[in-house]
Amino acid sequence: MSHETTVPETARADAVGTRDEATLRPVPFRGGGFVHRPLGPVAPIVFLAILALWEIGSRSGFISQIALPAPSEAFGALVDLATSGMLWKHVGASLYRLFVGWTLGSLLGIAVGLAVGLFSLARAGLLPLVSALFPVPKIALLPLFIIWFGIGEGSKVATILFGTFFPTVIATYAGVDNVDRNLIRMGQSFGLSWLSIVRKIIVPGAMPAILSGFRISASIAIVLLVAAEMIGAEFGIGAYILMAGALFALDQLIAGVALLSVLGLCISWLIGKAEKRLLSWRA
Amino acid sequence: MQLVLQNISHRYGGTTVLEDISFTVDDGEIVCIVGPSGCGKSTLLRIAGGLEQPGAGAALISGAPPEGSLNPLTYIFQDFALLPWRTVEDNVSLVLEDHGIERRERRSIIADVLARTNLADFAKALPRQLSGGMRQRVAIARALAVKPAIMLMDEPLSALDSQTRELLMDDLIALWSRERFSACYVTHNLNEAVRLGRRIVVLSRRPGRIREVVEIDMPLTERAARLGELETLQRRVWEIMREEAREADREISDVA
Ligand SMILES: Nc1ncnc2c1ncn2[C@@H]1O[C@H](COP(=O)(O)OP(=O)(O)OP(=O)(O)O)[C@@H](O)[C@H]1O
Ligand SMILES: [Mg+2]
Repeated sequence: MSHETTVPETARADAVGTRDEATLRPVPFRGGGFVHRPLGPVAPIVFLAILALWEIGSRSGFISQIALPAPSEAFGALVDLATSGMLWKHVGASLYRLFVGWTLGSLLGIAVGLAVGLFSLARAGLLPLVSALFPVPKIALLPLFIIWFGIGEGSKVATILFGTFFPTVIATYAGVDNVDRNLIRMGQSFGLSWLSIVRKIIVPGAMPAILSGFRISASIAIVLLVAAEMIGAEFGIGAYILMAGALFALDQLIAGVALLSVLGLCISWLIGKAEKRLLSWRA
Repeated sequence: MQLVLQNISHRYGGTTVLEDISFTVDDGEIVCIVGPSGCGKSTLLRIAGGLEQPGAGAALISGAPPEGSLNPLTYIFQDFALLPWRTVEDNVSLVLEDHGIERRERRSIIADVLARTNLADFAKALPRQLSGGMRQRVAIARALAVKPAIMLMDEPLSALDSQTRELLMDDLIALWSRERFSACYVTHNLNEAVRLGRRIVVLSRRPGRIREVVEIDMPLTERAARLGELETLQRRVWEIMREEAREADREISDVA
């Protein structure tokens, strides 16, 4: 503490005096990088550039019409679909299955995940089962689901439900395991009830993990949706794509794929919104 | 209200952590517990607060808690233990919500404790927006909200820089002069111990036994002005601890 006051005046002067003016230079900057800045317009520009190149390639004949139709043709197919009134029928059927399957799968998954996270008996009994069934491609079970739930909506919804259930269970219980034990201790030390600790400490603490689980389960749900619709459906984006493929109507096929991409983007945007709202407490 | 620890022993697996610890925290008294790293201070405090069951012996309370005390034994944690998703006022609210207090009264309790800890302007802030010292003041406000009879403090100031620690120590002393709470105060910092403790329980290295109990009669409010006398006391406590601390240090480096 007293060091500073005892430094002799001369020593300080010396320290300044020995400075070599000729070689004086700034300390080289080595920080920076490894940090992401939001660059808003970059994504649409890249997207539009690819579309433009593709269109030019098709028009100039560089890309053969048989191999890949121009984006404008795919767009035309989409407009045809919209004017014939079939667009909503396909998209609506898909959205319904996705919504019901994903919601039920997620709710069940969160419930079972919480049980596995909170109760030793549930963990011992259910976790091996979850681990055994998670890697099974649910689409392989579709014939089984058709027998159980019928050829209609039931089997498709069930496929999506099972597909989203397992990753949600795993994300949820991992989230519960990751909740700071000290916070739980704190809750106990203030005499909070078990239910309060679960509701006010464990669930919010596991929320980041649950939401990132949603991202994964939503994309799994889209993949399963299309697969299920390809096997037996009259309407739905998957059915539309399958029909287009069977007829080699490549413009319609591209239009269908574009619809799926837009669907994926919308869902990811919605989950992003939910994260912003629910996790605003994080930096 | 009194906290009585009776012949407490505790073991984790094969290692004995605490052995035959007995002492009493009297009404309105701050008892500091010091001891080398790993001697079981936190374990002892968890046992005292009913968060852990002792292997042998018992933690007892005697006397009625003061009128309106919602949580007679209340912790203050080293790492603050605030919920990062709740604002300052909601963090305080958390510990009142289970007691069926109506909303209006809850609001007034929260406003009162935040005012007493000089946090009124930060009621709507999130923990991550606050400095370490302010976060610990939120934790203190939360503890005050349940009107504790005995505070159990596990190194409450260790995560803070020394200037902030000094300020918060003054706050604690001012608070104690007003409210006369009892406290069991675990610390590494002998200066804190001699500034706050009516008695200092010095534990030996693991297995933690009571090495000595140092009594300090000087009133808390006078201590800031009589640092010279405290310095000698602090040195005495350090003399008691020195060998233990050195041995404990060696033990830990053997393990590693
Ligand atoms: N839950 C536990 N399970 C097993 N061993 C534990 C557990 N908690 C603490 N211990 C061990 O008990 C001993 C005492 O731990 P404790 O945290 O009580 O010490 P401490 O005196 O608070 O140490 P510090 O000064 O570092 O905070 C340590 O050796 C620790 O490794
Ligand atoms: Mg400790």
